[in-house]
Amino acid sequence: MNFEEKLKSGKFVITSEIGPPKGTNIMPHIEEAEHIKDKVDAFNVTDLQSSVMRLGSLATSHLLIEKGLEPVFQMTCRDRNRLALQSDLLSAAVLGIRNVLILTGDHTVLGDHPDAKPVFDLDSISLLKVVSDLMKGKDMAGNELDGVPYFFPGAVVSPGYEPQELQIIKMEKKIEAGAKFFQTQAVYDLVAFEKFMEKASKFGVPVLGGIVLLKSAGMAKFMNENVAGVNVPERYIKMMAEADKKDRPKVSIQIAAELIKGMKNLCSGIHIMPLGWEKYVPDVLDASGF
Amino acid sequence: MLITKLKEREEILSVLNSKNVFIFKCFGCKEVYLPEGEIDLLLTELKCMERMARVDYLCREEFTVKYLGKYADVLKKADKIVVFSCGVGVQVVAKCIPETPVIPGCDTHYINGFQGLTTQDVDCEMCGQCWLNLTGGICPITSCSKSLLNGPCGGANKDGKCEVNKDMDCGWVLIYKRLKLLGEEEILKRHSVNIRDYKLIINGDKKE
Repeated sequence: MNFEEKLKSGKFVITSEIGPPKGTNIMPHIEEAEHIKDKVDAFNVTDLQSSVMRLGSLATSHLLIEKGLEPVFQMTCRDRNRLALQSDLLSAAVLGIRNVLILTGDHTVLGDHPDAKPVFDLDSISLLKVVSDLMKGKDMAGNELDGVPYFFPGAVVSPGYEPQELQIIKMEKKIEAGAKFFQTQAVYDLVAFEKFMEKASKFGVPVLGGIVLLKSAGMAKFMNENVAGVNVPERYIKMMAEADKKDRPKVSIQIAAELIKGMKNLCSGIHIMPLGWEKYVPDVLDASGF
Repeated sequence: MLITKLKEREEILSVLNSKNVFIFKCFGCKEVYLPEGEIDLLLTELKCMERMARVDYLCREEFTVKYLGKYADVLKKADKIVVFSCGVGVQVVAKCIPETPVIPGCDTHYINGFQGLTTQDVDCEMCGQCWLNLTGGICPITSCSKSLLNGPCGGANKDGKCEVNKDMDCGWVLIYKRLKLLGEEEILKRHSVNIRDYKLIINGDKKE
């Protein structure tokens, strides 16, 4: 079964993430993914994550397919106008990429080329609509396609974002525009996540809860102050602060496993964003009972 | 310079036909061309000339506050305000009377030369397809750092500030709050996918 079929079958799915490097040294990342391919259903490939110039998501997704792994090709609207976005979607289709995750993208000023032109010709909702139209054989201008692509389009949602109603409205608009699954921003507060899922589950579209491995108490505090929709409870910050530096991965794995176990009955799967700690993903899955 | 053109007739007709609409027409500054003749023809046809106030410099908040004071009695009864002006004028009126929906009567286009000089804290990018009727009178193009048209990105922080600049409010949080105040948050769900037409800023008024 592929990722789409697994989600439709009701299996609890697990996705992880590959952040392509700045440079061409991609093989270590692919090998890391190969190590855990029996436990992970698909690998998101980020698109110039945090607006930092890197190897592309399209080429990396293709390399994953060559190794027998299933990618989720992430696409942001930051760097390409509507011609390039549509063209890259067609390129993805001929390379065998089915799963696409559509995001608006971080602003260019947050990355390592802050003087770049921010494009944002389209946004997450209009690009999802474009994906849907391409699947019907039409480009944005209404021209017929010679060869129609198939995609399994997804989108993101931030359960802890305030005002939450605005996030739910946008989620609904994404579904109308064609989103068939959601992956969420990092979740640390299961009570708040359960409340969010009460609203989100009525749409009947599968949601994969986001897991970001905590690396330190400082990282947790930074996210609490700066990252929209992320609320790390004081208890986890304390656990990380009290751990010796060498024990931090162990504590982080323990926290992630606790969250994953808590999410099992709330949503359709989990999406792990290791942010450089890819080597601990197998331990997280072991500790979570997978 | 900028030029304003009357919005598509069907877009503003239903609003102008409602009984409790009040209308501002800003004949404004020398930098703006307002299609005043066309506007008057339309208002005469719809018999709403007497519900219209002809004013200037709506872009100056102090002036707008004075006009709103002068027409306070009729405005109290108005359930909608239509503003024929550039995008700045519409936004300033919306800001000064946030509990009443303010609808743009014109699209603002760019033509070569300098633009209106009296803009203060709201701006109009002269995109040629005014969105203010959908966004509570707050421009998503100039108030959102990504100029998003279909709602916020995930980047605003907990205080509703933009990911790009913590001194800047997230335009879409402001739009959401304004639409809530107006009881019009349904607009956020109802409207189809908004996409910009960039040829309008290249052609401007040279189209015809």
